[in-house]
Amino acid sequence: MQAIAEDRIRLTGEKKFCDEITALSGQPVISCYQCGECTAGCPVAFTADIMPNQVTRMVQVGLEEPVLRSRMIWLCVGCETCTTRCPRGIELAKVMDALRETAVARKIKPSEPSISTFHKTFLDSVERMGRVHEITMLAEYKLRSGKLFSDLLLGARMFLKGKLALIPEFLKGRSDIKKIFNKTFGK
Amino acid sequence: MRYAYYPGCSLHSTARDYNLSTLAVCKQLGIELVEIPDWNCCGATSAHALNRDLSIALPLRNLAIAETMGLDVIAPCAACFNRMKSSNVAVNENPELLARMSDLIGMPYSGKIKVLPLLAVINEIGTETIREHVKRPLENLKVAPYYGCLLVRPPETTEFDDPEDPQSLDNLITALGAEVVNWPYKTECCGAGLSISKTEVVLKLTHDILSMAKRAGANCLATACPLCQSNLDLRQSDVEKAYGEKYGLPAFYFTQLMGIAFGLPGASLGLDKLMVSPEQVLTTGVRG
Ligand code: SF4
Ligand code: SF4
Repeated sequence: MQAIAEDRIRLTGEKKFCDEITALSGQPVISCYQCGECTAGCPVAFTADIMPNQVTRMVQVGLEEPVLRSRMIWLCVGCETCTTRCPRGIELAKVMDALRETAVARKIKPSEPSISTFHKTFLDSVERMGRVHEITMLAEYKLRSGKLFSDLLLGARMFLKGKLALIPEFLKGRSDIKKIFNKTFGK
Repeated sequence: MRYAYYPGCSLHSTARDYNLSTLAVCKQLGIELVEIPDWNCCGATSAHALNRDLSIALPLRNLAIAETMGLDVIAPCAACFNRMKSSNVAVNENPELLARMSDLIGMPYSGKIKVLPLLAVINEIGTETIREHVKRPLENLKVAPYYGCLLVRPPETTEFDDPEDPQSLDNLITALGAEVVNWPYKTECCGAGLSISKTEVVLKLTHDILSMAKRAGANCLATACPLCQSNLDLRQSDVEKAYGEKYGLPAFYFTQLMGIAFGLPGASLGLDKLMVSPEQVLTTGVRG
């Protein structure tokens, strides 16, 4: 099965993308045999443009653009259901991570901008303070995403319940964190 | 029993009640928790979404500090636990990665510290001991045990309980004197990290979970994750509005249920912080 799939891909000369994602994710994407188990259990499949099993197939045959531009790779919440159930031992959540990382590295405009902006804002908050401070993070997210009025009630509810820390906690080891970011994300 | 304690960002803010109740019940059970000094955010659930190295390095710094304390780590938050454990597994599988990451965090780390979810440690203590601590059995409470995804998945990483039909929380709830509701959504995903950025997806997933719990006959839920708890509790009124269904299901942290059964005062467990009031189920449900 695997040999046939590999041959076919070699014939069409589109193995490079598959190799790249395999290396980055550490997952044998080529051994996916399209059973659909990943898609059956995926919590966000109902709202996605392409299904998780289509993602692996498209990687196999080198359809890079449509995968990297898909909404699916951003909607994936990393719940690890697919990873747990794949009969071929492919940790698909890691493949999704690798695809997102590749899309960002290639500066491809994310088709779910609100999600990518959220991740970015979250990480910026960690980079600055070493921990996440919800109020400043959410305020910044609102500005960046333009969703100024969403979740105001939720915020008010959390505030009334004393669930929001007013004063951010700054780490002593902030410079360590900054260094980690510079050498990984900031590269 | 002494452990390094990793509360994580949530337990210092939105999930203070989880922090309070964890500290309170651990004290009762003689589990000593020493907070990891100067711990940093583990990066869940955004770091792995964008950068693999970052997602390994951030938790590893905390593990390296724990190693200087000579203690294994307890992480009550399921997302933090999952990220710390995956990071630990990744460096243990690959010595070259471990060397590169130690260099990155500027601290030596052997890879030998264990990372445990709080529920695993309580499981270890055993239901017999738990029963001995119960002063007010949670009679008439019908609890839907909700494990969520990250506590038990993927099993090769978490090395904890069963990924499809876990039992640890079920056994604990039974030991506390409550009834466990048999339902199929124990490990269904609530959409966690999309709560702010893609709210409508989370409302749908949370609706599925709440309405299934209700149909199965539950009068409350037990959770082990601040992300799940906030989706189920804080967002419950939003879900009710969106789907025109009334659930009225308090979503407790399992540590709060333990504290109530142990007879600890509600304020010490952060019960006042629950959005869906637990008053009714508790007054009709708990004896003593
Ligand atoms: S579960 Fe595994 S083998 Fe089946 S379609 Fe998904 S990735 Fe392919
Ligand atoms: S990890 Fe992502 S792709 Fe896999 S089941 Fe969960 S949301 Fe779907």
